[in-house]
Amino acid sequence: MSLVLIAVLALLALCLVCGAILGFAAVRFKVEGNPIAEQINALLPQTQCGQCGYPGCKPYAEAIAGGDKINKCPPGGEATIQALADLLDVEAEPLDAVEGEKPQMVAYIREAECIGCTKCIQACPVDAILGAAKQMHTVIVSECTGCDLCVEPCPVDCIDMIEVGSTVQSWKWDKPLAPGQLIASDREQVA
Amino acid sequence: MSAMSKNDMDAARASRADVMKIWDIPGGIHPAERKELSNRTPIQPAPLPKRLVLPLNQHIGAPAEPLVAVGERVLKGQLIAAANGFVSVPVHAPTSGTVSFIGPRPYPHVSGMLAPAIVIDSDGLEQWCPLTPCPDYRQLEHSSLLQLIRQAGISGLGGAGFPTAVKLNARPTQKIHTLVINGTECEPYITADDLLMRERASELISGIDVLVQLIQPDQVLIGVEDNKPQAIAALQAALRERSYQLRVFPTKYPSGGEKQLIQILTGVEVPSGGLPADIGILCQNVGTCVAIHDAVILGKPLISRITSLTGEALARPMNVEALLGTPVGELLEFAGLDRSRLNRLIMGGPMMGFTLPDFDVPLIKTSNCLLAATAAELPPPPPAMPCIRCGECAEACPASLLPQQLHFFAIGQEHEQLKAHNLFDCIECGACAYVCPSSIPLVQYYRAAKGEIRDLEQKQLKAEQSKQRFELRQERLRRAEEQKEAERQARAERAARAKAAQTQAPAAASGDAPTTKPAGLSDQQKKLKIEASMAQVALKKAEKQLAAHATPELQAQVDELRSAAAAAQQALDTAMAANPPAPAATPAADDGALKKAKIDAAMLRAQLRKLEKLEAPSAEQQGELQQLRSQLQAAEKLLASLEAQVPAAPTKAADAQAVDPLKKAKIELAMQRAELKKAEKAGSDEATLSRLREALAQAELALHRAEEASNKPAPELLRNDKKPIDETTRALKTEAAFARADLRKLERDENAAAEALEQARSRLTEAERQLTQHQSP
Repeated sequence: MSLVLIAVLALLALCLVCGAILGFAAVRFKVEGNPIAEQINALLPQTQCGQCGYPGCKPYAEAIAGGDKINKCPPGGEATIQALADLLDVEAEPLDAVEGEKPQMVAYIREAECIGCTKCIQACPVDAILGAAKQMHTVIVSECTGCDLCVEPCPVDCIDMIEVGSTVQSWKWDKPLAPGQLIASDREQVA
Repeated sequence: MSAMSKNDMDAARASRADVMKIWDIPGGIHPAERKELSNRTPIQPAPLPKRLVLPLNQHIGAPAEPLVAVGERVLKGQLIAAANGFVSVPVHAPTSGTVSFIGPRPYPHVSGMLAPAIVIDSDGLEQWCPLTPCPDYRQLEHSSLLQLIRQAGISGLGGAGFPTAVKLNARPTQKIHTLVINGTECEPYITADDLLMRERASELISGIDVLVQLIQPDQVLIGVEDNKPQAIAALQAALRERSYQLRVFPTKYPSGGEKQLIQILTGVEVPSGGLPADIGILCQNVGTCVAIHDAVILGKPLISRITSLTGEALARPMNVEALLGTPVGELLEFAGLDRSRLNRLIMGGPMMGFTLPDFDVPLIKTSNCLLAATAAELPPPPPAMPCIRCGECAEACPASLLPQQLHFFAIGQEHEQLKAHNLFDCIECGACAYVCPSSIPLVQYYRAAKGEIRDLEQKQLKAEQSKQRFELRQERLRRAEEQKEAERQARAERAARAKAAQTQAPAAASGDAPTTKPAGLSDQQKKLKIEASMAQVALKKAEKQLAAHATPELQAQVDELRSAAAAAQQALDTAMAANPPAPAATPAADDGALKKAKIDAAMLRAQLRKLEKLEAPSAEQQGELQQLRSQLQAAEKLLASLEAQVPAAPTKAADAQAVDPLKKAKIELAMQRAELKKAEKAGSDEATLSRLREALAQAELALHRAEEASNKPAPELLRNDKKPIDETTRALKTEAAFARADLRKLERDENAAAEALEQARSRLTEAERQLTQHQSP
């Protein structure tokens, strides 16, 4: 009987000690913020366009960390969905956007028509539009994320979204057809 | 004697060549050289084309900025596009002519895309712009010599096209101890550098002199493969007494790669991801050296280059010195192109070159070869088969990479693994693909993977930048909001404080009011006293007006007022006599009593003074004067007794407070008047009204007292009627005024009927009669 009692007491003591250590660790090594949300945020394209329904990439990252779907980011497209699926170990879903994946765009202000109302400047999430009241505005192309947010507030509709075309500098090689994936005539030639 | 010494020198040079150690590079291949096709004829000048196309980006870096406009005439050698930024190179007109177009034009690139260019229609005059040769460059400063090279638009002519001036602008922390001159030209078919070394050896050595002057290296190594004996001989002859070391090594592809050549000549490997400058070595192509010679010694910018025209589809393969911007089609025609035999047109060599989309693309600074190959010569690559993991590629790789692993990682898009396996050290020489038994286009995999990784890194960078900008913006907006909020609060606080001060002032005034009330007086007495003072004040004011504007009406009014005041005073006196006020003897009341006494005395004094000022006082005024004097004496006596009771009376404070009570009293009066008016309008009962009237009268009295006490001149107010007007009087007066107005109007109107005039007159008389009748009792 005493043996059982000793065993129970020993286990109880062990439990208490372990519990105390865990409790201390939980307080002492508390992680500030949500590390998962940070990792998700790093994968998002940071266009801050709000097309996911959240006011910026970070809120969407936090929402994903909280269990929202991963397929709401049109600028990121399939690549981002795949990266998020890999990170969170969930099934990749097709992009949830009406127009599907869009190419990289950049805003362009038709400067002759700009009336200098500064509305687009206030709308731009990354301060990529330069101008002042009653002065012509222009887009700093290198800073524009192509988020579309400046188009709607413009009272004279002088902002166009232009596709960022491939130039000689930005052109890149395509991956060749994987070995073994031969069309019929090639097979004959090989054989 | 001279022959002897020459022999001695040769022997010395040979012995030195013996001790000159040559290292080997890993891997490498030995493809068919095919250099004999084009190296048998001397360099020919290419015919002047009718139209030259000069892309703005013939180098690595930012495209140049055009300086000319369409229709502008340019001279040979004139600067037509300036360098745009540090890593950029200017462009010069290769011949004289007219600028006919600036915009997208065919460009020698594997994508076949157009690129911005300046098109010049040549006029055939070949008219040079003024040149500034600088043969005594040794006198120049380092920076101005570098500037000469930069201005001449020189970029690496070996193939990569990196701006030479940028490469020469060595970091001050890293001393360049070895200058390597690359005359290797290891790729099959190409013989441009071979012919250049043969025919322009002296210019080449002179260009090296400039470089030596510029970077002051400890040693200069000229590397040439042993398949160019004529070039070696020419260089040896041109070197003469110079200490530059000509090093000849066995032919192997790709020993002409910058890093490979450095390893062959010095045995030192350029660290992974690093530059030759990191180990104190600088490498320049022989063509670049000649261009530097032309730029510095002759003052000529880079407007032409030597290019191999080769391949079996050409009838006369050769090397030409062609102007930059010459369409390749014209050059190939010059070399006798047989279009029916042409299968692939390649710019560059068969290993690293790329297929040109058409014949319109121009020759640019990096174009060292045009290979017009027949189908038999360069058959299309057989279809790729799966990798059999033979490992041939790893043995061929000059950079000691694992091409097979990289290939699999590239298929799987394992970017981390690719980077870990040093994909970016791959020089894309094509040796691995050349030896691959499965004909896998390995280099294309690496190029695609590199592009993908660079693209992702670019995106990552941009995302990071956008994020930072977004966060900074959010922070800025938050700060602005906070500041606005703080300002709003401060404003609200200020407003609240002002309001509190305002409410405090009337409160103080109302708090003061009781103290101004004569203590110990009964209500009846108070009322009488107020009435008496009111009458006095009204009288005084009327008198003042009388003095200013002496009219019979005013005189009558004054008399009336005087009698009213006397009556009021009398009533008060009798009331006071019947029930004398309790003496303000309590110490608490001292202060107030003293003040009151002082005020009374002051008031009396002022009244007295005013009366004394009157020039011709009437009998009543004389009496009043007497009365006032006696009152003043009594008041002064009282004051003296009170002051005796309160020895340390704050006499000074009275002065300071004098102004403030005036304001308070005025406010009080206005408030009372407003209250009374409101009550009148609301139709309150008589009791309330009379109470309010009394309060108003008291306030008025207080104001008058304050006015007197403050020693300020009384407001110069013109009062026409002291008596309150009752409703009937007002109505009658109005009627009379209307009637008068009507009459005047009719009188002015000449056409007015006499009847109407008469009627108006009678109306006016009636109204006036009624008014006098009403006022008379």
